[in-house]
Order: sequence, then structure tokens, then C-alpha cells
Amino acid sequence: MQDPAPIGLSLPQLAASRCNLCWRGRRSSSFTIKPGLQTLMTLAIKEHEQHERLEKLKTLFGLPVNKAKLTSQRTRLKNQNGFHLCRLGREVYTFVSTSRMSGSLLNMFSKGTKRKFSDGDEEISDESLVGARVASSYSLQRQSLLDMSLIKLQLCHMLVEPNLCRSVLIANTVRQIQEEMTHDGSWHMVAEAFCSAGQSPSERLVATEVLCRSREQDAEPKLFSVISYEGCREEEVVADETLCSVSVSDTVSNVCLAGRIGQCWEKSELSGVERDEEALEDSRLGSGEDEEIDTKDRASTESPKTIGQVFGTFEIKNGSPGPDSALEELFSDVDTSYYDLDTMLTGMQSAPKMGPYDILDSLAPSHSSPSIVSTPNCRSDLNELDHIMEIIVGS
Amino acid sequence: MLGAGGGGNDVHWCFSQVKGAIDDDVAEADIISTVEFNHSGELLATGDKGGRVVIFQQETENKSQSQWRSEYNVYSTFQSHEPEFDYLKSLEIEEKINKIRWLPQKNAAQFLLSTNDKTIKLWKISERDKRPEGYNLKEEDGRYRDAATITTLRVPVFRPMDLMVEASPRRVFANAHTYHINSISVNSDNETYLSADDLRINLWHLEITDRSFNIVDIKPANMEELTEVITAAEFHPHQCNTFVYSSSKGTIRLCDMRASALCDKHSKLFEEPEDPSNRSFFSEIISSISDVKFSHNGRYMMTRDYLSVKIWDLNMENRPVETYQVHEYLRSKLCSLYENDCIFDKFECCWNGNDSVVMTGSYNNFFRMLDRSQRRDVTLEASRESCKPRQVLKPRRVCAGGKRKKDEISVDSLDFNKKILHTAWHPQENIIAVATTNNLYIFQEKVN
Repeated sequence: MQDPAPIGLSLPQLAASRCNLCWRGRRSSSFTIKPGLQTLMTLAIKEHEQHERLEKLKTLFGLPVNKAKLTSQRTRLKNQNGFHLCRLGREVYTFVSTSRMSGSLLNMFSKGTKRKFSDGDEEISDESLVGARVASSYSLQRQSLLDMSLIKLQLCHMLVEPNLCRSVLIANTVRQIQEEMTHDGSWHMVAEAFCSAGQSPSERLVATEVLCRSREQDAEPKLFSVISYEGCREEEVVADETLCSVSVSDTVSNVCLAGRIGQCWEKSELSGVERDEEALEDSRLGSGEDEEIDTKDRASTESPKTIGQVFGTFEIKNGSPGPDSALEELFSDVDTSYYDLDTMLTGMQSAPKMGPYDILDSLAPSHSSPSIVSTPNCRSDLNELDHIMEIIVGS
Repeated sequence: MLGAGGGGNDVHWCFSQVKGAIDDDVAEADIISTVEFNHSGELLATGDKGGRVVIFQQETENKSQSQWRSEYNVYSTFQSHEPEFDYLKSLEIEEKINKIRWLPQKNAAQFLLSTNDKTIKLWKISERDKRPEGYNLKEEDGRYRDAATITTLRVPVFRPMDLMVEASPRRVFANAHTYHINSISVNSDNETYLSADDLRINLWHLEITDRSFNIVDIKPANMEELTEVITAAEFHPHQCNTFVYSSSKGTIRLCDMRASALCDKHSKLFEEPEDPSNRSFFSEIISSISDVKFSHNGRYMMTRDYLSVKIWDLNMENRPVETYQVHEYLRSKLCSLYENDCIFDKFECCWNGNDSVVMTGSYNNFFRMLDRSQRRDVTLEASRESCKPRQVLKPRRVCAGGKRKKDEISVDSLDFNKKILHTAWHPQENIIAVATTNNLYIFQEKVN
């Protein structure tokens, strides 16, 4: 009925073989591009680890962890024909799948139904099984596309000015995925995981964190800090007028899911200001909890701001009035030398030159050293400014 | 046989010439970035990534060989642009020639505009085949003679010399663009031209280099709201007040400069409604228009997006009059093409002399000829294998899936590094110039 995909192949073997991607529900013929496959596999690895981390965090926060759900999901995936979960190594999986669910998948696309994983029940009917499989496949692939897009946005920083058209198109794609994820409620689902007191900033950060996906010892280019920055930095950092940057990274790597998040980003006043400032342009859900709306709104406003950061590079900053002249003064002598690609890729531990990206990175509350440890430093605004001054003066 | 080009009976294309290095090792600087015939078709200019312009000239037709049109030989080579460094932004400015446009010929010299990302230059290409001899005050080598030694006077005369082609920059139009210039277009009034970057279009006068007028500005007040960029722009071939520009969202706007000084408000908006059944995450990216060209008669315009070529009637805005699929078999591969960045490739397209056939490039060194009058299309390949003189090009077929017939190529075997982005068609004859990565192929119509 369906093509058996390779099971249990070693990593090099899989890399050499073909990976079938199902995007439109049609059984697409295989397409061999080795780098693409490797990237996707890496992303899939991250996806899986992300999922694991999510579960661990739930435990940390004392939230009910649907362990049964997780394992049953895995079992389900393993047992289905045509959808093999290949074990590449310890804790590492990738999906090699074909799907003939053209009809149902397309239906899902067009209807935009909110899909929910069936709750930890092992005895599931075939239909929902198939639906869940397809749904997880689709959302996983969508996630990979999102990750891929964010990597592309990041890697724009070369010696020559990046192609604006390409960046705009990628950014629009990211926005589109975010909107869809918001509609789907998958955004909300992830946000829920971190919902302790339903605190807006942490929810927001979670939203960004889902996109963030990076770890401390990440050898890959950081998936991005574009979105994460925007979320929390609008008031502090003069927007792309005076500072150009897509600030990559390092901050993101330090802000990881290991439980510090909620505490680190506890700036309700920040979120309040931000909410007032930005016109919420994208998807809106009419009803629902306040927090849910907040998350979603913020998720959608994140992208426009994201774009601002991305396109900030293309501007020469010269005296266009920022929101805060005091902050402008602070940054008036920032060295705008371009961001060193090597540094970015290796995770900018201690950049020799303080480029604009460096400034922004050092603005992260939890970032004084690469290894973030236990005490989450929640600073007030004033402390933030002091911190900034320290850095500038100190360099 | 100077046919108007295309249409009518089946045109068989055969190989004429190939220019460029033979070896597979492609030097980055040799990558051809633009190809353009001049208005008579006698000259063919190419620009490359190293900032050089090479002009080929068609040899005057040999009457006895009326069966075969003459070949193109190198006429002039010069370095148009040099790499620069923008100190404010700490970024390099590439010297790659993005576009070349010829000016209509007014006197013995030829003029062309060439542009890189930031600067446009007007070059004068002139021939010198005579030189004056017999000066009274100067020796032949240029040294001045001592006036005391002169006893007689003579009249200097022109004597023939070896042909020398000189290229000199006559104007440099710089510092007007913050973003990368993607198009230039000479107006039919022969006095002005436009240059378009990602967010703005400027109008220049050919004589004035220190000022230009901004006629379109789509930069949002807040860069965070940027979702659309300008991808190409062109003046109407006859109406000097009309121009169009295309965007990354698949729209084309026609503007009339008589309406207002700043043409932010379009006069016409050409947009085809999206097909909901084909919607995917890549819909927007593949709808981004990479090239727009008016037809020679000025009634139609052609746009190229990633998968198709569309012909628009200027009088109908809601949909194109014709749509041709260039490589529909790639639709299922969009994810992989996105991953390796091929989905952002900007293909160009061109009309033939009488607007009956259009041509555009594809991958694997394939290019497509789309006959509008006969509703036929053919895929041809520019490869070293079919390089025998006057060898007729064999149509190629790509099989999308399923059983592969003999002589067909499967989609998975296509080489996505071999792309034909730039093509040009002689304005009067059936001669085409097709640029692969670093080679320029010239094909001619087979004349029986």
C-alpha cells in the first residue's frame, strides 16, 4: 500500500538515501539534495529534543505531563506503515515518511481545523490515528520550514549587503507560518506548557522560545534571536532607526528552556508598554482568554518587529529621531562595523569589537557570560540601563 | 533573409557560436550577469560579475553567404565598474554589472548605460580608424619640435590606421540609491532614463549627474512593516510618460508621470487573483516577479515569475491574457528549491522582434521558446554537446514522474547549478543570445 521507508539506517546511510517530504498531501517523488537532508535531519533532531524538553519543563513547573501521550505518539508513529521513526542514535530520531493522505491533508489545509493530539489513549480509532499522524507530520514539516527560514534570515550577514528581496520573502514566509500556527492553536499549546501564573511576558517569551530552539552548546548557527529580541526589547533598544541589526544569537542560546525563562523575563511593565505601542495588525481571535489573546497578538506582532530588525541592516542610521533621545546618546558612539560571520556562527562568546549586534546581545538580562547559571537576574529597567552603561564604558 | 522573427513555420534553431572559457572551472568573475542587443542588433553587450563589459559585433554580411548570417566577434572589452567599499556601513559594493541598456544611436558613436548595485555609468564606445599625420609643431611620436627648426609648413592629413575601439565613461550617476539597483530603462524621449532599486525609482536626465528625481518610493515609514519590494521597472517603448514596475508580491503597477511628480499612486494595477487550490507556504515566493518587459509594439507586457511567464494586455488589469508554464514540474520540489535558495533565482524573459514568440531560461541549461501565435512551446538546451557548427538543437523533454521515456530527463537529474537567467533576442532577426553560467551561446535560425 505505501512504500516502506528505511528503518534503522545509520546516519550516513540515511544522508545518502532519499528523504520524502510530503507537503501537499500528494506523494511527492524524492529529491536528493544532501545538504538539505542533513539540515532537515538536524532540525528534526532539535524538534524531538524540544519536545522532550517541553515535557521535562512541564514536570518542573508541576504541570501535568502527558507522558502517556508522548510515548503513545511515538509508538503510533513507529507502528504505522509508511511513517517510520528512524532511530539514528541515542535520543535522536528523524522522520522518513510518505503519505498518501492527499484528501485528508488537503482538507486540513483548507479548513484550517484546529488539530489536537488525541489524549494518551492507546486505543484510538484508525481515522484519528491517521489524522493525528498526518497532523503531526504536517506540523513538523511546517516547523522545519520555519526553522529553515529563520536560519536563512540569520545567515544573511555576509560581507556584501544581503539581498533585500530575498530577506523580505523569507520574512513573509516566517510571518505566514506564525500566523498559521497561531490560528492552529499550536502556539497556544506551547505557551500553555509554560503557563504558571499565566504571566504575559513569560508566555510571550515562550512563544518566541518555541521559535528559538537553540541550546547552549549549539554548534549550528543560532536559530535566531530576531524574534526573541523584538519581543522584549522594543523600548530599550532604539528601533532600527539608530541601530542596525539582526542580532543573532548568543542571547538566545543562553535563554534556554531550562526553567529560567519565566523568571528572567519578568517584566510586566515592558509588556504593558509594548502592547500599547504596537498596533496589532495580524491575526486576531475574537474570543478566548486574555492571555491566549496576548500570546497570539504578541506572536503576530513579533514578526513585524522581527522584520524591522532584519531590515535595519539596510539603513544607515543617521539621526532619525528615536523614541528616546537619552538612549540615542547612549548608542551614539556605537561602532557599526559589520558583524563577524565567524563570531556569529561560533556563538559570539566574547566579540572583540562591539558592533551593534554585540550591544544588543549584551542587553540580554541573563547575559554576562556565556554560561548562564542558576540565579536568574531579573533587573528592573534602571538596572538594565546601568548594565548597558557598564558594557559601553567597559569596552 | 531578414525575417521579422519567429512565428510562421517551425523555426529550427541551430548552434552558431559559443563565447567564454571551455573548462568547467568557472571563475567567479566570469559569470555573465546581463546580456543585451543594441537597437540594430549589430552589437551584443554582456556584463559579468567582475564588472567588465564585453561587446560583440556582427560582421557585415557576406553577400555570397546569404544562407548563413554573420558571426559575432569581440568588438570591445572594458572594465565598467570596480569593487567599492561603503565605509559607513562597512559593506562591500559588488562590481557585478546588473543591467546594460543601449541608447539609440544618434551619431557614429555608440552609447550604453551599465549599472552595478549603486552606480550607473554612461559609456561612449567609439571607433577610431584614422589618425592625423604631418603636424608642424609635433613629431610623429608626439614630441614637440623646436619652433626655430621649422622652415616649411605643411597641412596635416588623416591617414588610415588599424581600427581601435575606445570606451570612455562620459557620465557617472552615483549616490542616488540606498538599496541595490535592479533595473535601468531608457525613455523613448532619449533624454531621460529611470533606475530602480528595491524600494525607490529615480528619474535621471542623461546630461545631469548630480541630481535625480525620485518618482516612486515604497519605503514604509517603519521598516518593520516592509513586506514588498520593487523587482523590475521599465519605460513604455513609445509613451514617454508611462512606466511599469513589478513587485515581489506578484503585482505590476503602471504609472503615468503626468499625473503627479511622485508616482506612488499607480494608474493601473495588474494582479492576478491567487489560485486557492495551489496555495502553499511558497505561494508568495513563487509569485514574485523577476522580470517585466514591454512588447515592441507597446500593447502588451510580459512578466516572469518563478514558474510561469504571463502576457498582460495593458488594457486589462485583472488577469493576464496568456500564461505559460515554464517548468511546472518544479512545483512539487519547491521545498527543496527553497532550501538551496534556487527559489530566489531571478529569471529574465524577452520578446522576439515581432512579439510573436517569447523566450525565457530554466535550469539544467534549458531555455524555453513559447510561441504565442501557434500556442506551441519548445525546450532547448545550451550545452557543449551540441556545439557543432550549424547543428540543429534537439527539443528536450523533462519527465515529472512516473515512467521516463527515452530521451527524457527526469526532474531529479536536473542540474540546478546550471541555470539560464539571461537571454536576449535580436530585434529584427532570429538570432538569440543565451547566457549560461560563464558562457554565451549564440543560436540562429536554420535557413533552408
